Amino acid sequence: MLKDITIGQHYPTGSFVHRLDPRIKIIITFLYIVSLFIVSNFFGYIFVVIFVFGSILLSKIPVKYVLKGLKPLMVLIGITFIINIFMTSGNVIVRFGPFSVTEEGLYQAFFMALRLILLVMGTSLLTLTTSPIALTDGIEHLLNPFKKLGVPAHELAMMMTIALRFIPTLLEETDKIMKAQIARGADFESGNLISRAKGLVPLLVPLFISSFRRADELAMAMEARCYRGGENRTRMKELKTNGRDYFALGVGVMLISILIVNRVWL
Amino acid sequence: MGKIVQIKEVTFLYESNDQEEALRALKDINIEIDQGEFVTIIGHNGSGKSTLAKHVNALLLPTDGDVLVKGLNTKDEEHIWEIRQTAGMVFQNPDNQIVATIVEEDVAFGPENLGIIPNEIRKRVEDSLKIVGMLEYREKGPHLLSGGQKQRIAIAGVIAMRPDCIILDEPTAMLDPSGRKDVIETIKKLNKEEGITILNITHFMEEAVDSDRVIVMEDGEIVLEGTPKEVFSKVDTLKKLGLDVPQVTDLAHELRTEGIELPEDILTVDEMVMELCRLK
Repeated sequence: MLKDITIGQHYPTGSFVHRLDPRIKIIITFLYIVSLFIVSNFFGYIFVVIFVFGSILLSKIPVKYVLKGLKPLMVLIGITFIINIFMTSGNVIVRFGPFSVTEEGLYQAFFMALRLILLVMGTSLLTLTTSPIALTDGIEHLLNPFKKLGVPAHELAMMMTIALRFIPTLLEETDKIMKAQIARGADFESGNLISRAKGLVPLLVPLFISSFRRADELAMAMEARCYRGGENRTRMKELKTNGRDYFALGVGVMLISILIVNRVWL
Repeated sequence: MGKIVQIKEVTFLYESNDQEEALRALKDINIEIDQGEFVTIIGHNGSGKSTLAKHVNALLLPTDGDVLVKGLNTKDEEHIWEIRQTAGMVFQNPDNQIVATIVEEDVAFGPENLGIIPNEIRKRVEDSLKIVGMLEYREKGPHLLSGGQKQRIAIAGVIAMRPDCIILDEPTAMLDPSGRKDVIETIKKLNKEEGITILNITHFMEEAVDSDRVIVMEDGEIVLEGTPKEVFSKVDTLKKLGLDVPQVTDLAHELRTEGIELPEDILTVDEMVMELCRLK
């Protein structure tokens, strides 16, 4: 179950999308998210879907792999779907006691679910195609202008890198602790919500303790390798934009423009 | 040859809140290490060997005495980064010392911190990965590698800083036998081919056999010091300390006590075979 989470996992293929400047990719992702919320009808989604699937194809990442990233969020999407179905007023289609399914509710439910699915797919594509260090580099560069306002750009970027770096490690560890606790009779599967939440305590306590130990050791290892914050630090990979970056940015701008036009005039 | 590391009468106390007395981890330690030497420190848990290692890298500062790395005192704040670059350190847990999510970016972390220009970093990363034999994994995520491979990446990360000396704090403790072998081969290669001074801390006796000098620590003190042959010939002393000797040495010792005439300093299977064939 824990192995299915693809958020924050880099999937290197060396494709066109992978080689884009991370700053550009972040900006495009931002444009994409905004576009998603501009969309006001299903017709608008056509452009978004074309954009997302086009990007996935270009990135050479198996579509299945991207879809797998949706699995852990299915519950959230399901809840949104159900709430929208029952909580929207309008023309009643079916009635279950106090609840009623409306035409508008059904429309709204599909609309919202699709928005969530596309949101997750598009944003996970960013982390799948960009190595976390490149991503953090991008964020750091984009935040640099705000440094004068006291935004700790480098520190934020470093924290993100480390968080991303340790996702697989901690997942593996959670899996291990879980198995160890199950072997000793712990039960994570049955019971109601409260007893299940309680059951997580023997999982979370060792996980927290080991995370602190890891953090301590990592800090020491970083210091031993002369890490002293962002000052005077250089980068092996310098960020350079070229033709393809402007092309990609152009596509992103086009997407959002089309959707704005669609929303305003159609 | 100059002295790369000088440890002069170093005492170190661990401050602790709940104990009345501070824990004395090191007591009057004196060690001098020559440029290009391969030194192994053995001892069991709590003998102070890791504490000693952290002193050489200026991660810990002595309570009493001085540690000099290439003539620079670790107490001198000005030189701390120079010292850490000169004396690189590899830790026990490979997972907790890899910072980046791509192998080559992790190897680049050290040189990046030193403010080296990008082209030079790229060259160093490539060279370092070649030395540890991990070049084909440069684009991989570290979590996909085995323990031994991760540890070799960690070593590459240190070599990329071009240190004169590498301190390895139980680098093989969490590895399986094949991973351990790879790491040890890499360390030996660094010493022989690159001329890097090695300070290997371990509790595997087999790793000590090929070093130039073995230092045995117990309770924060040096109890034995000498070439592997000198140290391991004192089988009884080592056993009293609760330490093992290499299996072959142990066997030779047992045979000797049974009256078979074998020298005390047999360390490898080959030597054993030679000596046994010489017997009538």
